[in-house]
Amino acid sequence: MTNYDAIVVGAGHNGLTNAAYLARAGLKVLVLERMPWIGGAAVSREIEKGWMYSNCSYVCSLLRPELFRDLELARHGLQVVPYGGGVTITRTGDVLGNYTDEDVQRREFARHNPRDGDAYHRYSTDVIRQCKFIRPLLLRTPPDPTSFKPRDIRELIYLGREFTKFGEQFIYDTLRFYTMSIADFLGEYFESDLIKAHLSGSGIIGSAMGVYSPGTAYVLLHHYMGDVDGSIGAWGFARGGMGAVSNAIASAYKSFGGEIVTDAPVERVIVRNGRVAGVATANGNEYRAKIVVSNLDPKRTFTKLFDEGDLNPEFVKRARNFKIRGSSGKLNIALDGLPEFPALGRDNPLRFGDIHFLDSLEKMERAYDDWKNGTWSKEPYLDLLIPSMTDPTMTPPGKHFMSVFVQYVPPKIHGRDWTDQDRDGFKNTVLDQIGRYSPNFKSLIRHVEVRTPRELEDEVGLTEGNIFQGELTMDQLLFNRPFPGYAQYRGPVKGFYMCGSGTHPGGGVMAAPGANAAREILLDLKRPSLVPEGWQDD
Amino acid sequence: MTDRNRIIIVGAGHNGLVCAAYLARARREVLVLEASDRVGGAAITREFAPGFRVSACAHICYQLDAGISRELKLGAHGLKTAHANLRTVALATEGDHLVLHGGRLEAGLLPDKDRAALADYHDRMLRFARVLGKQHNRRPPRIGGGGRSELIAAAMLGLDIRRLGRDPMREFMRIAGINIFDVLEETFETPLLKGALALDAVLGTNLGPRSNNSVLTMLHRLSGQATGVTGGLSLPAGGMGAVSEALAAAARAGGATVRTGSPVASITLEGDRVSGVELESGEKLAAGTVISNADPARTLLQLVGARHLETGFVHRIRNFRSKGMAAKLHLALDGLPGFARLAAQRAGDRLVIAPDPVYIDRAFDHAKYGQCSPDPALEITIPSIHDRTLAPAGRHVLSAIVQYAPFDPRASTDAARAEFLERTLGLLERYAPGLRRQVVASELLLPADIEREFRITGGHWHHGELALDQILMLRPVPGAAQYAMPVDGLYLCGAGCHPGGGVMGAAGRNAAHAVLGGERAA
Amino acid sequence: MRHKDHFKTAVYQTPFHPRTSFDLTPMTKHRITGKDALPFLNRLITRDIAKIKPGRVGYCVWCDDNGQVIDDGTVFHLREGDYRLCSQERQLDWLTRSAHGFDVKIVEDTHEVAALALQGPTSCAVLKAIGCTGAEKLKPFDIAYFPFADGELMVSRTGFTGDLGYELWIDPARALELWDALFDKGGNHGIRPMGTHALEVARIEAGFIQAQVDFLPADQAIRIDRSRSPFELDLGRLVDFSKPNFNGRRALLEERRRGSRYRLVRLDIEGNKPARSAYIYDSKRNVVGTVTSAEWSPSAKSNIALASMHMPWGRPGDELWAEIYYQRELKWSRVMARCRVVEGAFFDPPRRRATPAADF
Ligand SMILES: Cc1cc2nc3c(=O)[nH]c(=O)nc-3n(C[C@H](O)[C@H](O)[C@H](O)COP(=O)(O)OP(=O)(O)OC[C@H]3O[C@@H](n4cnc5c(N)ncnc54)[C@H](O)[C@@H]3O)c2cc1C
Ligand SMILES: Cc1cc2nc3c(=O)[nH]c(=O)nc-3n(C[C@H](O)[C@H](O)[C@H](O)COP(=O)(O)OP(=O)(O)OC[C@H]3O[C@@H](n4cnc5c(N)ncnc54)[C@H](O)[C@@H]3O)c2cc1C
Repeated sequence: MTNYDAIVVGAGHNGLTNAAYLARAGLKVLVLERMPWIGGAAVSREIEKGWMYSNCSYVCSLLRPELFRDLELARHGLQVVPYGGGVTITRTGDVLGNYTDEDVQRREFARHNPRDGDAYHRYSTDVIRQCKFIRPLLLRTPPDPTSFKPRDIRELIYLGREFTKFGEQFIYDTLRFYTMSIADFLGEYFESDLIKAHLSGSGIIGSAMGVYSPGTAYVLLHHYMGDVDGSIGAWGFARGGMGAVSNAIASAYKSFGGEIVTDAPVERVIVRNGRVAGVATANGNEYRAKIVVSNLDPKRTFTKLFDEGDLNPEFVKRARNFKIRGSSGKLNIALDGLPEFPALGRDNPLRFGDIHFLDSLEKMERAYDDWKNGTWSKEPYLDLLIPSMTDPTMTPPGKHFMSVFVQYVPPKIHGRDWTDQDRDGFKNTVLDQIGRYSPNFKSLIRHVEVRTPRELEDEVGLTEGNIFQGELTMDQLLFNRPFPGYAQYRGPVKGFYMCGSGTHPGGGVMAAPGANAAREILLDLKRPSLVPEGWQDD
Repeated sequence: MTDRNRIIIVGAGHNGLVCAAYLARARREVLVLEASDRVGGAAITREFAPGFRVSACAHICYQLDAGISRELKLGAHGLKTAHANLRTVALATEGDHLVLHGGRLEAGLLPDKDRAALADYHDRMLRFARVLGKQHNRRPPRIGGGGRSELIAAAMLGLDIRRLGRDPMREFMRIAGINIFDVLEETFETPLLKGALALDAVLGTNLGPRSNNSVLTMLHRLSGQATGVTGGLSLPAGGMGAVSEALAAAARAGGATVRTGSPVASITLEGDRVSGVELESGEKLAAGTVISNADPARTLLQLVGARHLETGFVHRIRNFRSKGMAAKLHLALDGLPGFARLAAQRAGDRLVIAPDPVYIDRAFDHAKYGQCSPDPALEITIPSIHDRTLAPAGRHVLSAIVQYAPFDPRASTDAARAEFLERTLGLLERYAPGLRRQVVASELLLPADIEREFRITGGHWHHGELALDQILMLRPVPGAAQYAMPVDGLYLCGAGCHPGGGVMGAAGRNAAHAVLGGERAA
Repeated sequence: MRHKDHFKTAVYQTPFHPRTSFDLTPMTKHRITGKDALPFLNRLITRDIAKIKPGRVGYCVWCDDNGQVIDDGTVFHLREGDYRLCSQERQLDWLTRSAHGFDVKIVEDTHEVAALALQGPTSCAVLKAIGCTGAEKLKPFDIAYFPFADGELMVSRTGFTGDLGYELWIDPARALELWDALFDKGGNHGIRPMGTHALEVARIEAGFIQAQVDFLPADQAIRIDRSRSPFELDLGRLVDFSKPNFNGRRALLEERRRGSRYRLVRLDIEGNKPARSAYIYDSKRNVVGTVTSAEWSPSAKSNIALASMHMPWGRPGDELWAEIYYQRELKWSRVMARCRVVEGAFFDPPRRRATPAADF
C-alpha cells in the first residue's frame, strides 16, 4: 500500500488535466484508470490494423487554448488542425455548404433564400456576442448564489458585471437565448427550413431534447463557444485522433512526475471519520490519499463508488436524479477508399467537413420522437466526417476512416436493455441512410465499430452513454452543475472532489473542469494556484 | 381639454375591466370599448345551444386575485360562487379513479410512497408558486438599465427567491427551467397521478410534459392558490361571465363607461402620442391615454400599425409566440353523463383525462406537426350540476378543455374540427359509456375559432406562450414589459403582459398603476 | 459557423489621378416600389424622403431602434414612387424586416445594374463626348436619362468624391460598351481608371465617412459602445424630427436631450505623416479620441484625418495631439503632432456645385 497526496479516479482528459496541475504543484499524484488505455471519451485506438479510430469524440474546438499553451501540449505532441467545409445534403440532392469566407457563406445562404443570406450576418453577430460572454466564464469556478462567503459574492458581482457589460438588451436576449428552443431561435433569423435544419444540429447533439424543445438554443452555444486559433466556432481535428489530446496531457502530467495505473477499476472510495482516506480497486489494492478526485460522471461517482451510508440521503437522491440520459451513438468505419457523394460532385472541398443528410426541422424533431418512444431514430441526424482526408496519418495511404455520430439513440430499447440484434438494426439504419446518398459507400466498408449507449457506458463508463457526463439543461448548468450547492468541485465528503465533464462548464473535450477542480483543490491546500486564468476575451 | 384627460380602454376582457375599475376609483374619466356585444373577453358565459349556457373559454376560476375581489367589492357587485372547492378526479378507464384535493388523496388507491410524496410535492410547489405569486402584483423590473429603482425591483425578485431558504432556493433554481415530466418521474410512481399533475402544467400551453418550461406553467397555475384566491378551484354562479359582469359593475359604479358592440379599428396618433381611437363604424374618439386589453400583436401590429413603430420592436412583437393549442368543447346533454365507477356527487368536480404523462406527450407530438391529437387530454367540468341556471331542468352542459389542437392544422380547420370532435367524443364515450347518445348539441372551438370569436391572435390562453423567455421583464417583449408601449400614452393591460393569462386581473391592475404612476412622473 | 472578430479594411496602392472612373457595380442596390414605398422609406430613414422629388437623389443614413447608424447610402427617386437605395453593406434582412406592415416590394438588384462613377473636373466633358447632350444642365443630385446604344443610360450627378462627378447606371449587357465608349471618347479628356486608394483619398478630402472604417454598422456591433448615432457621426443634418415616426426617433430625441457620447471631427494635422489609427490626446495627455481615416491630401496639400472624439472634445480650438507612428526604411518613428479641428470639407472646389457644369 502506498500513500499519495492525491488520487484521481479515471484517466479521461479531465482527470489527466486535473492530475497534471496537482502534480505540477508538487503533489504526489496517482491516476487510476479502469481500462487498459487512457483518455476516456477522448481516445484513439487502432481497432482495425493500420486504422487509428477516434472511438468517441472526434473533433476539437472546445479545448481551452489557455490550458493548451500552459501545459505546453504542442511540445507533448498535440497538433490541432482546423478543417474547412461541412455540408447538408437533402433528399433531392440539393446542398447547403459551410464556407470560411463570410461573403461566400452569405451567397450560399442567399442561394436558398435571399433574405436569409443577409440575416446570417445578424445571426452570427448575436451568437458571437453570446460566445464572448460565456468564454471568460469557462475557466472560472461558478459562485454559489445562496452563499454569503466573500468569494462567492465577489464572483457573483463579477458575473453580474460581465452580464451587464453588453447592455440591457443583451441581458434580455441572453435570458431568452438560454431558455428558447433552437427552432424558435433560428426562426427569428431565417425563413428557409433547410437553413434552419442545417444550423439546428448543434442545438441537439448529445442532448435528450428535440429541436422544438425549449432549452436547445443554449446547446448550440456549447458547440460554438470554442475556437481554433481564435476563429470562434471553428472546429479541427487532433492529429492522430482525439486520443492525441489525452496522450499529450498525460505526457505533460508524467513530466511533472505523475503516475498512471491502468487496468485499475476503482471500486470504492474509502471514507473514514467523515473524510476520504483513499480508494480500493476491484483487484483488491488499496491506495491511500487525503484527496480523492473523481473524473467519473456524478451519478456514477456517487451511486457506484461510495457506500451509501457515507453520504447524506438527500444527496444520494440528488445523485440518482441527476439527468444523464443517453441520446447518442456512433459508428466508426474503416473504409477501403473515399466514398462518393454525387450531390457534391468530385473534389468538392465541402467534403472535408461535417456532412449531414437533412431536409427540415420536422425531420429532426421526428428523430427525437423515436427516441422518446424508446427506439433509435429511423431517420437519425448524422454528423459524418472523414478525418483521414485532413489527417492522413490515421489510415494507410488511400484508405479512410469515417466517424459517424448519431442522434438519437436511447439508453434502453422500449425499457429493456440493448441486444446485439438491436445493435445490428441500429447499425443498418445508419449505413442505409449514408448509402442512400453515397452509392459506393457500402462496398468500401471494411470494418464497423458500433457504439450505442450500452457500449459507451461499458467502455467509457459514461452513465447511460450520455456524452456530456450529464445533460446540458438549465438545471444542470453553471452553479447548478452537477448539483446546486456542489458546483465548486467539492464533493459532500471532506477531501473529495469532482473534475469530470459533469461539472462546470460541462461536456466536450475542453479540459476546463479538470483545471478548475485543480484550482479549488490547491486553494483548499492553501497552495498557490497554478491554473491559468481565462484570457480576457475582448 | 377633457379629451386629453380621457382614458380609453380597448377591450372589456376581465383585465380591461379591472384596469377600468382601478382607474375609475382614482377618478379618471374612463371609457371602455368592447368589440363584442358582451363584456368579459375570454371570461364570459354564453348560450351555445337553445337553453344551454356555458363559460365559453375559461371555465374554472382559480387565480382571481383576492385583493382585487376585495378592493373592487365583487361580492357586492353580484359575484357568487356556485361551487367553491372542486376536487380533481383523475379518471381511470379501469380500476379506481383518484380524487385529489390539494396535496391530499381523498379517494382511490395510491402506494404509501406516492401518498406521502404528494403532500410533500404540493407543499413544495406551493412555496415556489408563492414566489411567483408575489411578483404578480409588481411591475416587472428592467435589468441593467433604467437606474436605481429598477435595480431595487430586480433585487426584490432575487430576495423573494432567497427568502425561500437555502435548500428550497437551490431546488427552485433547479426545477424552474425544466420540465414537469422529469420532476414527476423523480417524485412519483403511479402513472395516473403523474398524468393528472402533468396536465396542470400543460393546460393552455404549447408545451408537452417533456418540454422545458412546463414546471413554470404549473407554478403559474398554482400561484393563484398560493396567493389566496376566493377559494380553490371554483365555479362562479352563472358561469365565468359573472366575474366579468361583476367587474363591469364595479367599473361602472366607479364612474367608468363601458360600451359594448364597439370594435376599435385603429388607435390614432398625433406625433409621438396617442390621440384616441377610431371605431370600425368610423366614429372617432379622442383620448390622451389608450390602454389596450387586446393581445400584443393585435394591439401593436393591427390597431397601431407597424409603420408607427420601429423595426426592432416590430420584430420582437412578431416573434412573441402566441399560437394556442387548447381547444374548447361544449356539449349540451339531455341528462347527467354516467362516468364509469364515479360516484354521482363527484361528477360535478374537475374531471381530467390524462392517464399518464407519456399519453399527454404523445398527444402533443401530433400537434407539433399540425394534427389534432388522436387521443387528447381533457379537463372537464359539468357546471350545471352546481348551477341550474346554465341548462334546462334535468339537462346538463359539459365544458372541457381539449388538448392538443394546433392553431393552423395541416388539414383545413373545418376538417380538423370535425375529426377532433369525433375523436374526443369517442374518448369520452370510453369513460362515460352512453354519453354520445345524450348529446343534444355540441360546439368545439379550435384555437383558430377562438382567435375569430374572442379576437385573441393565435387563440392562445395567455395571449402568448408563458415560458421563461416570455415572462416577467421579457413579457410580452423586452423593453416594453412595464405596460407602457413605445408610443406615448399607449399601454397594454391584458394577458400578454406580466403576469400572463388566466382569470386573475393582475395585469389589469398593474397596468392601471403604471398609468397612474406615469402621470405622476410626467 | 466561423466568424472572425475583426474586419478587413483593404488598402490598395493605386496612383491617384483627378479624372477617373470607378466601378460601382458591387455596391448593394435595392429597388423599392409599391404603394407604400415613400412611407416605408420615411420610416426607415432619418431624413424626410418626401423632399426628394422624382429625378433627385438624397444622401441618408438609417438607424436601429436605439438610434445607432446601420449604414449610410443614397436614395434615388428614379420615377414617381420608384426608388433605389444604394449602400455599402448588405441590407436585405433589415429592409425586409422593416417592410412588415407596408405595401412595398423590395428587390435586391445589385447584379442587375452596372454602375460606374465618373468623377473629376472633365467628367461632364466626357459625358457630352459620349452623347449625353445637355448633361451639363444636371444640378448636383439630379438624375437624367440619355439614349445609349439603343438602350438607356441613367446619369446622376452624385459621387463619393468632393469634386464634380457623375454616376452612370446601365444594363450590365451594355456595360462594356459604355466603358469602351468612355475610354474611346474620353481619351482626350484624360480619363483613367481609379483605384480604391484614390477613392479613399478623395472621400476623406470631401469629408465623407465609410462603414466599417469610420463607423461600425450597428447591426454588426458585438460590444455595446461600438456603434454611433447620426449625431455622433456629424450627420445630425440628416435627422428630421419634424416628420413622424422613423427608426431611431425616440432614442435620438433622447440623445438630443441627454447629449451624445462621441463626435466625429475633421482634423488638419501638423506635418506630413498620415495619422492612420492614431490616438488623439488632450493637452494633459489623456486619450480623448481615435483617428478613423487619415491621408495626405494632394488636393488641399494638408495632412487630414477623420476622428471619433469622446465628448466634449473636438470643439474648434481645442488643443489636441495625434500620436503618429510611421516607418522609413523599416525603422519606426513616433511623433506627437498638433491637430486643428476643421469645419467643412477639406477640399471643396466651386466646380463641384456649379451648374451648368463647366468644361475643362
Ligand atoms: C460518442 C461521443 C462523441 C463525442 N464527440 C465529441 C467531439 O467531437 N468533440 C468534443 O469536444 N466532445 C465530444 N464528446 C464529449 C467528450 O468526449 C466528453 O465530454 C469528454 O471526453 C469527457 O471527458 P472527461 O475527462 O470528463 O470524462 P471521461 O472521458 O468520461 O473519462 C472518465 C474516465 O474514467 C474512467 N473510469 C470510469 N470508471 C472508472 C473506475 N471505476 N475506476 C477508474 N476509472 C474509471 C473511464 O474509463 C474514463 O477513462 C463526445 C463524447 C462521446 C461519447
Ligand atoms: C380555451 C381556453 C380555456 C381557458 N380556461 C381557463 C380557465 O379555466 N381558467 C382561467 O383562469 N383561465 C382560462 N383561460 C384563460 C383566460 O380565459 C384568459 O387568459 C383571460 O380571460 C384573458 O383575459 P384578458 O382580459 O387579458 O383578455 P381577453 O379576455 O382576451 O379580453 C380582450 C378583450 O379585448 C377585446 N378586443 C380585442 N380587440 C378589440 C378591438 N379591436 N376593439 C374592441 N375590443 C377588442 C376582445 O373582444 C376581448 O373582450 C382559458 C383560455 C382559453 C382560450
